[in-house]
Amino acid sequence: MTTTTISPNVKKRNRNEMAARVARDIPDGAVVNLGIGLPTLVANHLPSDREVLLHSENGVLGMGPAPAEGQEDWDLINAGKQAVTLLDGGSYFHHADSFAMMRGGHLDYCVLGAFQVAVNGDLANWHTGAPDAIPAVGGAMDLAIGAKKTFVMMEHLTKSGESKLVERCTYPLTGVGCVSRIYTDLATIDITPQGLKVVDMVEGLTLAELQGLSGVPMQAA
Amino acid sequence: MINKIFPSVEAALAGIADGSTIMIGGFGGAGQPAELIDGLIAQGAKDLVIVNNNAGNADYGLAALLKTGRVRKIICSFPRQADSHVFDGLYRAGKIELELVPQGNLAERIRAAGAGIGAFFTPTGYGTPLAEGKEQREIDGKMYVLEMPIHADVALIKAERGDRWGNLTYRKTARNFGPIMAAAAKLSIASVHEVVPLGDLDPEAVVTQGLYVQRVVCLPRT
Repeated sequence: MTTTTISPNVKKRNRNEMAARVARDIPDGAVVNLGIGLPTLVANHLPSDREVLLHSENGVLGMGPAPAEGQEDWDLINAGKQAVTLLDGGSYFHHADSFAMMRGGHLDYCVLGAFQVAVNGDLANWHTGAPDAIPAVGGAMDLAIGAKKTFVMMEHLTKSGESKLVERCTYPLTGVGCVSRIYTDLATIDITPQGLKVVDMVEGLTLAELQGLSGVPMQAA
Repeated sequence: MINKIFPSVEAALAGIADGSTIMIGGFGGAGQPAELIDGLIAQGAKDLVIVNNNAGNADYGLAALLKTGRVRKIICSFPRQADSHVFDGLYRAGKIELELVPQGNLAERIRAAGAGIGAFFTPTGYGTPLAEGKEQREIDGKMYVLEMPIHADVALIKAERGDRWGNLTYRKTARNFGPIMAAAAKLSIASVHEVVPLGDLDPEAVVTQGLYVQRVVCLPRT
């Protein structure tokens, strides 16, 4: 059964609440790459008592927060080409080394946005497949398969109410079977060999409702 | 005596032939050798293949080069940006060929060329449209795609400091593609903000060894 309406009692997570929920799962000492867009917000919610090393694909490890206005150094930017800073202990390296860190399994977590995630962990986040769209992939395919764990952060439904959690991705893939956990505005869901397991849900939502909205089978963790 | 310091951008770019494959450093604006690109436009070489992470922004630098119509093909990972209208227009009109490469494969293909590697198997892109038509192999239970090196005739890179042997250091994330492009091209041309005497660059911290660089031009910060 698929339903497309969300009960008014359901308290959806806003973007910052989604980011805070992801941040809760990033342990002290982790090396993390945050994708462009929604995942970037996770940096603002990392607890101050944890030391987390942020990696950026353009050659920086130990990335710090945005500089104060007027203090931007345009030789020091992140993957989204925004000005950032470097923490003490941080360092710079060239592009091939940066992607070797990723592909070589040296990053603990990668957090990415998505158009679609399939129940088997397939990810689609780079191309809608529209014939007139100009394709651009950047580091998405390397990030998807490189980190020890790939987390996805996305709205549960598209603007027109379709589930972004799907049986099979209909958009071109970014990576095969690479996603381990999904954080949406409605729930946190693990992808396991035994299927989708719901780790938590927002207040006011039942498992039956979540499953109805998603249109794919899932069980409580 | 070895002296790779050239007196001007024009002198440093002399002899670039039509039909060349040219690597251009930079990730967005950081490390983009804007003066060398302007020099290439003035130099006039055409029928070019350009290798860069992006496909130009607004109407300056790489976008201005594309606008001249002298670029036959671009190899890049992320052409589409909010202000990539020059590329977008050429692509939609069928006036430029695009080879889209995942960013890590782009970097490793450039690195492989400079390191003398014939081809390599990488997990990136497996099962996606960007691996279609490429050889695939299972190694220790994991699937990989065969990727070929990207060689170039010329590399245009922006560094921070250099000496007359061609040793280079970079500044922060402006390093990005510079070191690997310098190694992958037959003729590597670097702009630096400062030329220093031999021995002034800390030998422990030289990032690009001079043997990878043929020409250096000094463009002091204004």
